[in-house]
Amino acid sequence: MPLAPATVRRIAHLARIHIADDDIPRLQGELNGILGWVEQLAALDVEGVQPLTGAARMALRLRDDAVTEGGIPEKILANAPERAGDYFVVPKVVE
Amino acid sequence: MSLTDLTLADARELLARREISARELSEAHLEAIEKLNPRLNAFITVTPELALAQAEAADRAYAAGEAGPLAGLPLAIKDLFCTEGVRTTAASLMLENFVPPYESTVTARLRAAGAVFVGKTNLDEFAMGSSNMTSAFGAVANPWTRAGDAAALVPGGSSGGSAAAVAARLALGATGTDTGGSIRQPASFCGIAGMKPTYGRCSRFGIIAFASSLDQAGPMARNVEDCAILLTAMAGFDPKDSTSADRPVPDFHAACTRGVTGLRIGVPKEYAAPGMPDEIAALWQAGRDWLRAAGAELVEISLPHSEYALATYYIVAPAECSSNLARYDGVRFGRREDGADLIEMYERTRAAGFGAEVKRRILIGTYVLSAGYYDAYYLRAQKVRSLILGDFTAAFARCDAILTPTAPSAAFAQGEKMDDPVKMYLNDIYTVPASLAGLPAMSVPVGLNQEGLPLGLQVIGRPFDEETVFAVADKIEKAAGFSARPALRAGG
Repeated sequence: MPLAPATVRRIAHLARIHIADDDIPRLQGELNGILGWVEQLAALDVEGVQPLTGAARMALRLRDDAVTEGGIPEKILANAPERAGDYFVVPKVVE
Repeated sequence: MSLTDLTLADARELLARREISARELSEAHLEAIEKLNPRLNAFITVTPELALAQAEAADRAYAAGEAGPLAGLPLAIKDLFCTEGVRTTAASLMLENFVPPYESTVTARLRAAGAVFVGKTNLDEFAMGSSNMTSAFGAVANPWTRAGDAAALVPGGSSGGSAAAVAARLALGATGTDTGGSIRQPASFCGIAGMKPTYGRCSRFGIIAFASSLDQAGPMARNVEDCAILLTAMAGFDPKDSTSADRPVPDFHAACTRGVTGLRIGVPKEYAAPGMPDEIAALWQAGRDWLRAAGAELVEISLPHSEYALATYYIVAPAECSSNLARYDGVRFGRREDGADLIEMYERTRAAGFGAEVKRRILIGTYVLSAGYYDAYYLRAQKVRSLILGDFTAAFARCDAILTPTAPSAAFAQGEKMDDPVKMYLNDIYTVPASLAGLPAMSVPVGLNQEGLPLGLQVIGRPFDEETVFAVADKIEKAAGFSARPALRAGG
C-alpha cells in the first residue's frame, strides 16, 4: 500500500525531521520505491521461524552494578551547543 | 622503491632494522597527502602534528628496543572512529565541529601498538552509501580511472576515503567499518584488500553507530598479509561493548601462509545468475581454478535465501539507524538550529544536519518500526534474517569457506546510480548476506576489467574463523598476482 502525503508528514514528525511541503512529493516517490522493493519479502513463508535480532553468538553479559567512571562534567559538556554551569540549555518546555 | 610504495610488512621490517626512520616514513606519506588529497578528497582532516609526534615516539621506541607491533606505520582512520581531541565528523554537517572527548577502542589499540595516524578519511554520511557521494564534505575520487578516460569514478563506499588513501599510497593501511559491504566493496573498487571480521571480533565502542547489529570495524591494506597484521592489533575483547566477543585473538598473520590443501571451498549456485557480467564470472571461475590447483576441493552449495538478503538489510539497517540517530537532537553535542520550542528545535536541527540519504533511511526505519507496520516489515525481516543465517550454517556443514565475487561491477562514474536509491543499494548484493549472518568476509583484488579497473573476489568464513579466510584469500592473491597500480598515486 503506497504511502500517502499525510503519512509521509506523520513519519517525518515521528522522526523529528522538518520536511518542507515542496519536498513531500519527491520523498513520497522515493520512499514508495524502497517500500515497494522490500515488499518482495512478503512472498516468503516465515511461519514458525524465530526472528534473529542480531549476529552476536552470545547472551548479553551482566556486570556488577558499580560506578566505573564519572566526575568528568567538563568532558561531557565540552560539545554542548549551549550550557549554563553544569547544565545543557534547551528552549523553555514548561511555561 | 619509494617509501610510500612499501607494504606494511616490509616497512615494519625496515623500521625494525633501523634502515628507515618512522619520521621519514611519515613525512613521505604526509607529503603525498598534501600533493594528492586536493584531487582525491580522501581525507576530511589531516593530522600532521599528531602523526609526527607519534612517529618520533616510534623512533624512540625502536631505539630503546620497545617498539610495538605497528610502531611507526602510517595509517588512515575512517572518520567514523572517535579520536580524542581530533575532530570526528561521520562526514555529516551534524558533527561538523564535533571533537570527541574520548577514544574508540579500536583506535586506542592501534595507538598502543605504536601506529601513526596521518588523518581521518572521508566516507558516506554516517556510513550510509556505496559511492562516497553522500558525504557532506564532498565526493572522493577513485585513484583509478578508465583507460583513456579521465572522468572521475567513485571509490565505492562507505569506507571510500580509506580505500582511496591506501590505493593512492597516502597510507600503508587504514581502518574501515562494514555494515553491509562498506569495507569490501570499496576495497574491490580501488584494487586493495579489505576484511570485515566476525561480528563481535572488534569492539564497536567509540565507532559512531549506524546499525548496531551489523556494524563491524576491519582493516584495509594493499595485500592480505597487511590486513592480517592490522586485524591482530585491532581485535580483542572490550567490556565497553556489550556484543564484544570474549575470546582470544589468534595470530592472523601466521594464518596467511597455512595453504588451502584439503579445504572445501563452497560455490553458491544461486550466485551464478544471468546478469552477472562476463568478466566478473570469468574472474570468479579463475578463483575456483586457482584454489583447485592449490589443493582445495570445490563444493557446490546452496544459499537459497540470499536473493532476499538486500531487501532484508534495507529494513533492518534503516530501523536500527532511525533508533541510533535519534541521539542527534541538538541538545548535548553536534549541530543545533534554533526553534520556538523544543520540538521545533529538534525538527529544524535534524533537517539541517542530515543529508538526503540519511533522512531517507531514518524515515524508512521510523515507518517499519511504527505501530501497525512493525510485524509486516521489521519482524518479518528479522525472520528472513534467521533463514539467511540458516542457509550459511547448512552450507558450512559441507565447506570450510565460500567464494563469490565482491561486487556486481567495477567502479562507476561519480553521479551514476544517483537517480534511484534502489539502484545504488544493489551494489551490496554479494556482501550483505555475510553481514546479516555476522560472518567474516574479505575482498581480495584479482584482476582488471576491459576498461582497466580493478575487480575483487570475496571469501566468506565460519564465525570467528578469520584464519581460514586469510589463508584462502592469500592463496588467491598469490595466484592472481595482482600488481597493477592506479594512475593517481604517490610517486606515480
